[in-house]
Amino acid sequence: MPYLVHSPDDRRQMLEAIGVGSMDELLVDIPGRLRLAHLALPAGLSELETMTQVGGLASRNRVYDDRLSFRGGGVYRRFIPAAVAAVTSKPEFYTAYTPYQPEASQGTLQAIFEFQSLIAELTAMDVANASLYDGATAVAEAAMMAVVQTGRHRVVVADYLHPEYLEVLRGYAEGRGFEVALGVDRLGEDSAALIFQQPNFLGLLEDPSGLTQSAHGAGALAIACVDPISLALLSAPGEYGADIAVGEGQQLGLAASYGGPHVGFIACRRDLTRRLPGRLIGQAHDGQGRRGYVLTLTAREQHIRREKATSNICTNHSLCALAASVYLTYMGPEGLRQVADVSFQRAHSIAARMSALPGVEAVFPERAFLNEFPVRVKNVEQLLSRLDAAGILGGLPAARWYPELDGVVIFCCTEVNDSAALDHLIAAMAQ
Amino acid sequence: MSEPLSIERSRPGLAPPRLPEAGVEALAKLPAGVARRHRPGLPRLSEPEIMRHYSRLAAMNYSISENFYPLGSCTMKYNPVLNEEAAALAGFAGLHPYQDESTVQGALALMWHLERALCEVAGVDRVTLQPAAGAHGEWTALRMIQAYHLARGEERTEVIVPDAAHGTNPASAALCGFKVVEVRSGRDGRVDVADLRAKLSPRVAALMLTNPNTLGLFERDILEMAAMVHAAGGKLYYDGANLNALMGICRPGDMGFDAVHMNLHKTFTTPHGGGGPGAGPVGVKADLVPFLPRPTVEREETDVFRLDFDRPRSIGRVRSFYGNFGMLVRAYTYILAMGGDGLTQASQDAVLSANYLRRRVEGLLEVPHAGPCMHEFVASARKLGEHGIRALDVAKGLLQRGFYAPTIYFPLIVPESMMVEPTETESKATLDEFVDALADIVREARENPEQLRREPTHLPVGRLDEVAAARQPILRWVSEGDPG
Amino acid sequence: MAERYYTETHEWVVVDGNVATVGITDFAQSQLGDVVFLELPRVGRLLEAGDTFGVVESVKAASDLYAPVAGTVVEVNEALSDAPETVNHDPLEKGWLVRVQLNGDLGAGFLDEAGYQALVDAGSSH
Repeated sequence: MPYLVHSPDDRRQMLEAIGVGSMDELLVDIPGRLRLAHLALPAGLSELETMTQVGGLASRNRVYDDRLSFRGGGVYRRFIPAAVAAVTSKPEFYTAYTPYQPEASQGTLQAIFEFQSLIAELTAMDVANASLYDGATAVAEAAMMAVVQTGRHRVVVADYLHPEYLEVLRGYAEGRGFEVALGVDRLGEDSAALIFQQPNFLGLLEDPSGLTQSAHGAGALAIACVDPISLALLSAPGEYGADIAVGEGQQLGLAASYGGPHVGFIACRRDLTRRLPGRLIGQAHDGQGRRGYVLTLTAREQHIRREKATSNICTNHSLCALAASVYLTYMGPEGLRQVADVSFQRAHSIAARMSALPGVEAVFPERAFLNEFPVRVKNVEQLLSRLDAAGILGGLPAARWYPELDGVVIFCCTEVNDSAALDHLIAAMAQ
Repeated sequence: MSEPLSIERSRPGLAPPRLPEAGVEALAKLPAGVARRHRPGLPRLSEPEIMRHYSRLAAMNYSISENFYPLGSCTMKYNPVLNEEAAALAGFAGLHPYQDESTVQGALALMWHLERALCEVAGVDRVTLQPAAGAHGEWTALRMIQAYHLARGEERTEVIVPDAAHGTNPASAALCGFKVVEVRSGRDGRVDVADLRAKLSPRVAALMLTNPNTLGLFERDILEMAAMVHAAGGKLYYDGANLNALMGICRPGDMGFDAVHMNLHKTFTTPHGGGGPGAGPVGVKADLVPFLPRPTVEREETDVFRLDFDRPRSIGRVRSFYGNFGMLVRAYTYILAMGGDGLTQASQDAVLSANYLRRRVEGLLEVPHAGPCMHEFVASARKLGEHGIRALDVAKGLLQRGFYAPTIYFPLIVPESMMVEPTETESKATLDEFVDALADIVREARENPEQLRREPTHLPVGRLDEVAAARQPILRWVSEGDPG
Repeated sequence: MAERYYTETHEWVVVDGNVATVGITDFAQSQLGDVVFLELPRVGRLLEAGDTFGVVESVKAASDLYAPVAGTVVEVNEALSDAPETVNHDPLEKGWLVRVQLNGDLGAGFLDEAGYQALVDAGSSH
């Protein structure tokens, strides 16, 4: 049997050493009527057969050429440097446990310390944690921080926060007992936080300074949900005075992988540090003065604080955070800016070309965008299937979440969509 | 051996990586006022330097690929390399979550079949694959239980948790707005049934239980406890951290549990990744099915699958998209390779190895609770206290000798506890070497405790001053952010 | 010198006029280990006896602080934010936590030094 190491002789010797005659004698505490005769699962397969079956399932999926993918909505095709997989596939990283014993875990600890630093730099915030599950749960965790910090029980959400993030937030709010209100005009004396996304789900730019001021004016925290690559160009949450910055890090070197695993990030002002959920890595020194890293401020966490913990989170997404760190280190400040700028320029070029096509019009022509934008078309279904036939994964239909946006398709464009791909898209749309 | 931070190796003049140019006329300008003012302080390093940096960091880690990790309740077993190959297939890794269902039939089929397999192992009717981790699964299950009671017009406000439970249990309950009520463990290390009876009331929404419990002992009275909780109108929640003891042997669903979370990163060999990503699917019995997070994966007719969003009583999504799909691929690959027979043998071997190790450790350390154990056991270093040695010192002594340490100081009900879980993928030879190392530590504790308290001496760092680190936390590097 | 009263949750109280000074006991600090952080209330906060008024945190533990008396917080030991270790070194004097202006009487249910010592001795025997 694969992955099992005992020989029949080992098993016999071990039973003997224990002083029992059979496995059943070790299972005496299990009531007889609970014992299972057998698992109704197929018998095991050889590695060759396993891979044939799994590979068969993979081949039943359609994989669009990265160059011809124009669909975002929270998950984006980006160039991923080969260095990322070369690092994350090192077994010393991917088969290690949570770094409970710091002397034997300095690799993971330092890598996460670097991740915290990189996220803090990118968001221009004081402190970042070791990562969360995804952008949606990061929004929910930030909202809970604000509820505890302010002692208020309403969280206000600006328009066009990612609809799945909103749905997840609502679930956490229902469990934890606070209210979620939609629309900046709901902001008031009872608000714990204002949550906004920059750029928003449609790709449009918000006025984060104005929103932050509105939040602060009501005595609420400002929570900015941001696209990490956009921060190479756009003002960072720390620059406009946000209290908490969160987001989804998939674009930093992670495959789309049908939606996960990706990585959530959360960063905040220094005075909110002890309200942060999850792991935090800090610098420390040993008896000889050597620098090292440890899990720190752990008294916030579930294994010590139990029902009074800041969150129930235990697992973070370390390996995904590692991928993000390698990505950001590879890019450096100029590389990241180049990636963001190329996406920005191409998206604007393609948006202009689309608007010139008959039957296609900009939806919010007065609003600025970065590299994702909505357009209105005559027949969404027809357009998308025509693009599909040309090998193109077209934009995302918005009406699934926003009935008022019937006929609207959200296109995104990144550095992977080269000029030949842009020409191909326009040609297919013009048909 | 130490490695500077990447930012400390950064060289300002270094050329950035070569990336594509826009290739279009640069017409667009950002509106005034939204542009970033200060460039982020990211390091500038060449690829050779980056690769060496991370290779050096990797070399500072213990990992299951190289070391025995006897971490109790963590189930650190071998991570099959085939799983990694499967998850990396373009047909999985390259899928966008908002592709049309007709283009992701293989992914949906995998999820559907994985759900069926997990239902069989846990003895439940349906499983949601959405939760990203065990604690996330606990929270998801409690939300469903909460919704179930509310739908029946009952506002139940309490959740009962044993004193020996994982910290995530009370934390997840609190996050759902429940009041946590603790139930005592008896002298034999199992839930005190009389105390449980005393704590049951119409206020109780659920009992959260791990079985085998965190002492590695099977809760013999589980059927009686389940009947009591159900009679009081409560639900039973199974913390699946210790499911590796039970595959093919018995099933939480048959014991009376209504909701069961499973850690794919423990029982089903997806790698721990230095702390995640994991996956924490939750299985439920029929009366909780309407409350499952949406979407679920349904099979329409033979081999046509769809996502079902139309679930009016659903608690909604618990994360974006459909869960940590890459982890689901790995777990399914493992289940296919093992088969029902293989999974059963795996759990039996895990129990056998734990009992073997327990018997051998008994001669060296106190093992306070009578056996047999299931897949793990708890020893106590209390008696080494007379030499000034604590469980922490024994743990560091193991690091010194090339082993990772057991879980220490948990469960809280055993003083100087050391929770040891060998799993089925460690050979008898490895277990024997571990016992030899422990014997050497006990000898050193008696003969030269000063030396033991200095260990580990050969790793990149010695014992770090965690007190100073927590008093004046340094949680990031500070760079000279340059003007953008 | 004013008498020191103790609680079963390991706080102490010394009353001077109508102001009570509150801290944690030597036993409590020794059980916690090295204190790394204290979360203390704002001046002006109203406390009922039994309220949680803060948290004391060590590396491996965190304990809630329970108000032994009812009243208004009039002073917080600010020196602890830079030197939380004072609670370990001198829990009964320099390591005091808050001063509370009493709402009426001290209240009942306190232990004297001998009674508290008996509680500690009983607790550590099992």
